[in-house]
Amino acid sequence: MLLVPCPNCGPRNSADLRYGGESHARPDPATATPQQWRGYLYLRDNPAGWLWETWYCRSGCRRWFTLERNTATNEFRNPPIPGDKRGGKA
Amino acid sequence: MTMSRLAAQPTEVLDRSTKLRFRWNGKRFDGFEGDTIASALAAAGEHVFSRSMKYHRPRGILTADYWDPNLLVQVGDDPNVRAGHRRLEAGMDVRAQNVWPSLHRDIKAANSLVARFLTAGFYYKTFMRPAWLWPTYERVLATFAPGGKIDLDTPHRYHDKRYMHPDVVVAGAGPAGIEAALAAAAAGARVLLVEHEHAVGGHLRYSSSDSDQAVLAELRAALDASDVEVLTNSTVTGRYEDNWLGIVQRNHPIAVERLIKARAKVLVAAPGLIERPYVFSGNDRPGVITSGAARRLINLWGVKPGERAVVFTANSDGDAAAADLARAGVEIAAVIDGRDHRRVSSAQGSSKALQAVVAGGNRIEADLLVVAAGWTAPTSLLNMAGDRPVHDPAAARFFPSDPPGNVLATGGLAGDGTLDELRAHGAATGRLAAQRAAAVAHRLQAMTARARPVDGDEPAWAPDERTPLGRDPHPELYRSDTHGMVDFSEDVGSKDLVAAAHEGYDSVELAKRYTTSTMGPSQGKLETVNTVAAIAEARGETIAQVGTTVWRPPYAPLTLGALAGRVFEPVRVSSIHPWHEANGVSTIIAGQWMRPDHYGDPAAEVRNVRTNVGLIDVTPLGKLDLRGPDIPKLLNLLYTNKWSKLPVGKVRYGMMCSEDGVVLDDGVTGRLGSEHYLMTTTSSGAGGVWEWVENWLQTERPDWKVHVTPVTTAYVSINVAGPKARELVSRVTEGVDLSPESFPYMEVRLATVAGVAGCFMWRIGFTGELSFEIHAPSGHGLHVWEALMDAGQDLGVGPFGLEGQRIMRLEKGHFIVGQDTDGLTLGPSTGLNPLIKLDKDDFAGLPELAWAADRSLPMIVAIQPDDPNVVPDEAGQIVRGDTNEILGRITSARMSPTLGRSICLGQVEPELAAGGTKVTVLLTSGERVSATVMDHHAHFDPAGERLRG
Repeated sequence: MLLVPCPNCGPRNSADLRYGGESHARPDPATATPQQWRGYLYLRDNPAGWLWETWYCRSGCRRWFTLERNTATNEFRNPPIPGDKRGGKA
Repeated sequence: MTMSRLAAQPTEVLDRSTKLRFRWNGKRFDGFEGDTIASALAAAGEHVFSRSMKYHRPRGILTADYWDPNLLVQVGDDPNVRAGHRRLEAGMDVRAQNVWPSLHRDIKAANSLVARFLTAGFYYKTFMRPAWLWPTYERVLATFAPGGKIDLDTPHRYHDKRYMHPDVVVAGAGPAGIEAALAAAAAGARVLLVEHEHAVGGHLRYSSSDSDQAVLAELRAALDASDVEVLTNSTVTGRYEDNWLGIVQRNHPIAVERLIKARAKVLVAAPGLIERPYVFSGNDRPGVITSGAARRLINLWGVKPGERAVVFTANSDGDAAAADLARAGVEIAAVIDGRDHRRVSSAQGSSKALQAVVAGGNRIEADLLVVAAGWTAPTSLLNMAGDRPVHDPAAARFFPSDPPGNVLATGGLAGDGTLDELRAHGAATGRLAAQRAAAVAHRLQAMTARARPVDGDEPAWAPDERTPLGRDPHPELYRSDTHGMVDFSEDVGSKDLVAAAHEGYDSVELAKRYTTSTMGPSQGKLETVNTVAAIAEARGETIAQVGTTVWRPPYAPLTLGALAGRVFEPVRVSSIHPWHEANGVSTIIAGQWMRPDHYGDPAAEVRNVRTNVGLIDVTPLGKLDLRGPDIPKLLNLLYTNKWSKLPVGKVRYGMMCSEDGVVLDDGVTGRLGSEHYLMTTTSSGAGGVWEWVENWLQTERPDWKVHVTPVTTAYVSINVAGPKARELVSRVTEGVDLSPESFPYMEVRLATVAGVAGCFMWRIGFTGELSFEIHAPSGHGLHVWEALMDAGQDLGVGPFGLEGQRIMRLEKGHFIVGQDTDGLTLGPSTGLNPLIKLDKDDFAGLPELAWAADRSLPMIVAIQPDDPNVVPDEAGQIVRGDTNEILGRITSARMSPTLGRSICLGQVEPELAAGGTKVTVLLTSGERVSATVMDHHAHFDPAGERLRG
C-alpha cells in the first residue's frame, strides 16, 4: 500500500485518505464551453510519470492537499500543498 | 520403501519422552512431541500419503517440508493441512484427501490407465460442448477435485491482526538472514525476523556437521541476546508498494492465524533455496525423495527413510545426504554423480513402492532414490518489488537482477559461498539495510515537516558495497532421457508441456494456464523451473530466452479467516437502542448504523401515525453545524436554490448536485442564529457531504469564513409525527410556543424538552403528517424518547421504524437520493425545477444544469398499478407494450395501508412523464401489468394540508 505524505499527519497509508484524482482547475462556470466543462469533469492526462494529485486526509487532519507523484515509480517530490487543487496547473 | 524410527539423533527436534497418540484414516498411531504429522507416520512405516489429482497415483513423501505437494491431509475439519510442516498434536484425527473409497484402494486410480487421453487441455477440449451440459460437467468434475472437505458447521474460530512499523524486516532466518537481523539491530534498527519453519537456522538445522551445529548454537544465542523480534512458523506472504508487507503468523497462542501488516523501511529477502525435483519416468513414485527430505527425516526426526538407497547427486547437499544415509544404516546401493554427466532414467516398482532404479542402462534394486538435482531460487518477494530475475545457466538457477534500493537479497538467493562467506554477506546486508532505513525514515519525516520537525540533512543513500557472493557451477539438470512428472500438485508431466508447446501454447504464461502447471498448491515452488525448462526444450531455446512466470502474492497460503481477521468496523446505534430492543424491534443495517426497521407490524405503525402519533428514531440523519459570516455564500454554492435571505428561525429544503449536474444529496438547513446554521443531509450521505463541503471550503473558496463541525452522533434525532403530535410535544416542552401561528411549518427553535435544555426542534418531517423533529444531546436521547412515550400513552403514541417511514414517504411521493435517483439522474429529473436557480452566479453543477434545461430528460413520477393488489418489484422494468424496449423502471414500490392500494415511484422516459399516461410494467414472473402515471408525486394529501396543520 502506498505511503502518502500528509502535510499535517505525516506518512499515512493511502487507505487512510481519499484519492481526489488528478489535480485540475475548475473553469469559470459563467464562460465555460461544454467542451471545457466536460474536460474538467472527465478528461485526465493520465501520464506515466510526474503528476499532481489531490488527496483528502479523511482519517486524520481532514485537509485536502495536492502532491506530485510519479505514477510509474510511486515516488513523491516537492512537499504537499495544503488546500490546493490545481497542483502545477494554472 | 521401508521407513522406521532410528535411535535418538544429536540434531533431532523430538521430545521422545512425550508420546502423542493420533489417528490416521481411523487407525491409531503414536508419534513424539516435535514430530510433524508426516514424520510420525513415516516413522510408523507409512509411505503412501495421498493420491495425485488427475491420475490418482499413490504419492509418498517428496520434500518432507511445507512445500511437499504430496502431503496435503485433512485434520479434523481443517482441510489441506500440510503434513510435512504441521506439528503433530495429541488426538489429531488425520485423514487422506482425494481418495475413494480409501487411500489404498482408490477407484479413480483407473484414470492412470487412460492417462494418455488426459493430456494437456483435456478438460478444455472435452467439456466444451454442448454448453447446456456445463452444470453437469461441473458437478461431476467437482467430485474429482483434490481438496479436503469443508465442514460448514465448524465453530467460529478467532483470528487476529497486528500492525507493525519495523525499520527492517528480514524474511528468512537461515545463517545469512540471522546475521542480517543481528547486524541491522546492532546498528540501531528495529528489526523483525520472520522464519517460515518452526525454528531458526535454515539448512543448518538438518546438518549433521558439528561445526554447523556450533554456528547454529552461536547464532541462536546471539538472537536471544539481541533486540530482534523473531517470529517462527510465520511467512512474509507479500510485498506491496513502499514495503507494505503481509506476514502470516501460524503459531499465535490464541488466534488460529494472525495476519501482520508491517510497513518496513527496508526488506531483506533471505528465503534460502528450494530443492528442485528431477524429471524422469516414475519420479513421483513413493520412495523417490529429495536430498533435503532425506536429511530432514534423519536429522530432525530420527526417521530412517529406507533400507537400500540409490543417491543421485549433483551437489554437496546430495553428497551430505549420502553420508547421512550411510550413518543412519541405510545401505547405499549406488551413488550416481550428476556432475559426471550421469543420469537417472527411471524409478520402477509396484504402484505403491519403489523396487529398482534404472541409470545408465543398469537396473539397481533399491527401495529409496534420493535426488539432489539443483535449486530453485524463491525470488517471489523480489518479483513483487518489480525485479525480473535472470537465469544463469552456469549455476542452473535464477538470480536477482535489479531490485529497488529498499529491498535487499542475501543468502542463497544472492549467491553461493562458504558458511562464513554467507554469514559475512548477511551481516553486510543488515548494516546496509539499517543505513538505508535511517535515510528512508529521514526522508519521510522531512516530506511532512509540518507534522514532525526533522533535524539535520537527509543521510546519504548508502551505496551497496557488499562483497558479492560467488556462484557455484551446477549442471543444468531438469529432465532426464525419459518423461516424468513436472507439477506434482496438478499432475502435469513434461510430455503435457511439450504437447502444449507443440499445440502453440509455447509462451510460458500461456502453457502454464493451459496445462495448469505451477497453478496447484505448491504454486511453482518446486515446478516452475522444470516447467520453463520443458517449454524451452520443446522450443529449442534456453531458459533465459523463454523467461519465467511472475511470482505473485501470497508466497505461502493463508486462510480466509486470517485475511478477514477481527472485524474492526463498528456498528453504530443511537442511545435509544436499548428501548428498541426491549420493545420487539426488528433492526436493519443501514450504512454504519443499526436502525429500527419495524416493531412487528409496519402497516399498523403507519396507521397509528396517520390517526394518532408515532415516534421514530432518525439519529443517523446527517447533521453539520455551520458557523461563520459566509454561510449564505456556501449554501448558495452547494445547493441549487437560493439562501441569501433565510431569516433566523427559518428552515429551507435544498438539493445538492455534483459538478456533472447529478443529484448528490438533499435535506433541510435551518438558521439558528445570525452566523449559525444547522445543515442536515441524508443518513447515507452524511460522510460524503462533509468531505464535499470541506473540499469547496478548502480548495475553491479558502477565503470564506465558515467552520464546519459534524454533529451527527452528538445529537439523537426523534421525529414526532401524527395529528396528535403537537399535543404530545406540548406536554414535555418548555420555552417554545408551539401554536401554528408562532411556530409554523419549516421553522426551527431552541427548546427544553423533558427537562433537557439545548434541544433543536424543527417543524419538518418525511411522513407528510404534522411533525416535530427533536435533536437532543445524545446522552439524553433515551430519556427524551421515554418521556415522550410516557406522556403520550393516552394519545395512542407508539414507535414506528424505517419501513413505516418508507411507506409514508412513498405515499407522499418524496424521493430518496440513491433509491429513486441514480448516478445519471440530473437535477431537473426530480421534478424540482423551481428549486434550480439558473440565475445564480455559480453553484455546483450550474453549467450542466443550464444545458440540461433545454433537453427533455427521464423524469421521476408517481405510478399506480391498475390492479391495486399488484406491488411491482423495485427495479422492475417499464417497457413498451409487448416488446422488451425499456422505457423506465420502478424505483420504489409498497402497499399503502393508508390508501389500501399499491403505490410506486419510478423513472420514465420523457414521453411517458405526463399524468394519466398508461405504462406497462414487467414483473419478475414475466407477467406484464398496466399502470398509470399520476399527476403529482404525492399519492396522498398532495396539497400538504396535514403537515402544515
